[in-house]
Amino acid sequence: MQLVLEKRAERSNTIALVSPLIAIGLTIVTMTILFAILGKNPFLALHAYFIAPLTDAYSLQEIAVKATPLVMIAIGLSLCYLANAWNIGAEGQFLIGAVAGSWIAVKTQGTDAGAWVLPAMLVLAAAAGALYALIPAICKVKFGASEILTSLMLVYVADLFLDYLVRGPWRDPQGFNFPTTAEFDPVATVPLLIDGGRLHLGSIITLLVVAAAAILLGRTIKGFEIRVVGAAPRAARFGGFNANQLIILTFAVSGALAGLAGIIEVAGPVGHLQPGISPGYGFTAIIVAFLGRLNPLGILIAGLFLALTFIGGEQAQIAMKIPLDVTKVFQGILLFYVLACDSLILYRFKLVSPNRQVASGTH
Amino acid sequence: MQAHQRMLDSTPNGLHSGESPLLQTLGLTKRYGDFLANDSIDIDIWPKEIHALLGENGAGKSTLVKAIYGLIQPSAGEIRWQGQPIVLSGPSEARSRGIGMVFQHFSLFDNLTVAENVALGLDGRESFKDMSARLEQVSKTYGLPLDPRREVWQLSVGERQRIEIVRALMQDPKFLILDEPTAVLTPQEADQLFIVLERLKAEGRAILYISHKLEEVKRLCDTATILRGGKKVDTCNPRLETAASLARMMVGGEIKEVKAAAGRKTTVPRLVVNDLSLAPSEAHGVRLEHISFELKGGEILGIAGVAGNGQDELFAALSGERLSKDPGTVVIEGIAAGHLSITQRRKLGAAFVPEERLGHGTAPRMKLSENALLTGHAASGMVHHGFIDTAATLKTVDRATETFDVRKAKRDPEAASLSGGNLQKFIVGREILRNPAVLVVSQPTWGVDAGAAAVIRQALLDLASAGAAVLVTSQDLDELAEIADRIAVMFHGHLSAPLATADATREKLGLLMGGSSLEPKEAAHAVGA
Repeated sequence: MQLVLEKRAERSNTIALVSPLIAIGLTIVTMTILFAILGKNPFLALHAYFIAPLTDAYSLQEIAVKATPLVMIAIGLSLCYLANAWNIGAEGQFLIGAVAGSWIAVKTQGTDAGAWVLPAMLVLAAAAGALYALIPAICKVKFGASEILTSLMLVYVADLFLDYLVRGPWRDPQGFNFPTTAEFDPVATVPLLIDGGRLHLGSIITLLVVAAAAILLGRTIKGFEIRVVGAAPRAARFGGFNANQLIILTFAVSGALAGLAGIIEVAGPVGHLQPGISPGYGFTAIIVAFLGRLNPLGILIAGLFLALTFIGGEQAQIAMKIPLDVTKVFQGILLFYVLACDSLILYRFKLVSPNRQVASGTH
Repeated sequence: MQAHQRMLDSTPNGLHSGESPLLQTLGLTKRYGDFLANDSIDIDIWPKEIHALLGENGAGKSTLVKAIYGLIQPSAGEIRWQGQPIVLSGPSEARSRGIGMVFQHFSLFDNLTVAENVALGLDGRESFKDMSARLEQVSKTYGLPLDPRREVWQLSVGERQRIEIVRALMQDPKFLILDEPTAVLTPQEADQLFIVLERLKAEGRAILYISHKLEEVKRLCDTATILRGGKKVDTCNPRLETAASLARMMVGGEIKEVKAAAGRKTTVPRLVVNDLSLAPSEAHGVRLEHISFELKGGEILGIAGVAGNGQDELFAALSGERLSKDPGTVVIEGIAAGHLSITQRRKLGAAFVPEERLGHGTAPRMKLSENALLTGHAASGMVHHGFIDTAATLKTVDRATETFDVRKAKRDPEAASLSGGNLQKFIVGREILRNPAVLVVSQPTWGVDAGAAAVIRQALLDLASAGAAVLVTSQDLDELAEIADRIAVMFHGHLSAPLATADATREKLGLLMGGSSLEPKEAAHAVGA
């Protein structure tokens, strides 16, 4: 008997829905083995990761807070990936957005600037993220440079630039030499949804972005253009769609969303600019985008799931001394399985008996 | 011959009684899921025989041949080689037993030389030098001249086919399978090939010749096996049949004859090309050289030529997939359009059907309604304020389905799930339903079953009768003779002056396809960067 992959006549919509679940299942099996190797009780560890965070209100809010940037970034990335444009640098665009928005917050600090401050920060952050994403996009279109490499490399540039600002010009004079700006003024802070809670306006903005993306992809000609350019480039050209323009557009949109997520994070949960504002949101969002099938609703669910792993990872570290890096291992394994299971949408496994009882074996 | 031979002699006419066939299939069956691609096929192939395998697209010819060449394993039944049952583990075992095959689509590396390409297909037991010498000798012996040192991209399609044939012959096969070998040849080149095949036959080899060109089969083949819907219909002597009777067996009924409306009137020029020259967009592409023609409403102009002589480049230049700096080179409905995008050209009333159905004419993994939108978004009221009118796209699918008899499993399936003929009917229908002033269509019936081909040709004729200008590029001379008013020939990026179809004999067209009427300096390859 022999196991072969056989091409399906039509893509299987059932598998398209089930494949992320299979991937999650396989990841959990792998993690169980990994926990056992680390000498931890796998069942307690899995409970700490996936069940414990769901049992108290604080953690539930925290999951939504973590999911907010993940989903917003992943929505932008999904547009890129659907159009076959590979933006890997959302982390950098996130940081640049945070920096640009913070500039207004820092400059208006202690002045009597009014309610315009926060909207201006959001707009500037989105614009900066978009411009930063346009660098790899334009290099791709004009010079054929691989956008995967250039966008990734710009992450480190953004990271160091932020580092320089908070250690140098923008450092809080009263901050005991910690590399951080002063706490933002109330007008430069994202309002909370519940007094005393953690949930903030950014989560609402993210939901609006999800809805907008769903309409864009499902109902508009622009969304169709994005999908067809990615799915069949030559047919797209025949349809009159320009792939290069679309690379520019999708990079700009995803950069803007990443930048927006950056400033919302800084002006929301964090409250000031400092290094380490992102535990790798820009990279985890890649997993979110694929786990969510590049579909807005799927991304919303996947974002909440990945946020759960962040919170669960923290709890597991506190409760069981499991290193926080295990969360990243988990996310990496998950992406691996998601991509692997995707082959099942277009292919299926089949057992074949080669019936070689007469095989001559001359060769 | 073979000592033990079951007396299951199923020879068509008893000529070979007493010997065993060189190759025999008994009840050969290949099942893909619920689909029977081959249903219990018996075929006997004898030495010194050219055996035709006839059938429409999807009749099961390729499946049968793949099983014989070891590319796929049959689900049931057996293959006998010189009377012995065999199971082939793969093509290399088939080759080592003496079965050779020349595929319709060549597997050659453009940037390697002829000898290097041949070496890649052999098992490499001899030195490269010995192999090159043998290559030259084999090609000389059989009258298939080849220079082992030339790189493949410099060669014509006919020469490339020679590489494949010589490569197969260098393994001294007893049995050679040829898949539609004349599809890419000029009539003269085809004649040369037939001489080679006759010679191979005289040497005692057997040939399985896959084709759907019936005249050719009648002329060349001793036996013909006809497949339809995966089953063997009959084995006969094609010389005793008429082309019409063979066609009936292939199709299983009469083919609707294509009728042109009497007295089509030509009107104003709707598509004019003025001195269009265009550098190739990719290495080894063809440069278009000073192409000019004029096409009036009510007229069908055919463009003949061997594949790879600039037809694809011309299509891209006409459709606007490639733009020209000079707007005046392409004039659609009296408006200079050389610099306009494909969408703008569609708005002027032009429509296009490319050769590749999947991946060019349609996005394979998208639904038909989305593929209707692909070309319809420009000018068919399918988009309002940026939003897609799904009902309008579905209506186009329904109308195309009804008008052109598109058979499909559900209302709106993915393009890739349709058969070639049905998808082509959908694509042609999608464009014709837009009532184009100008239709540019490339290989309209390539790989399409006879029924669908007749529907498509009739649609093109009707469109011209309704006043549209139609440009048809085709390698099928019979097709052009059937529908075109005038025929021009492409060779090395040049377009000949059009001949009236009545004057365009196969001989004349064949000479033009071989580049004969061109001046010597232009016959040199137009080598790009």
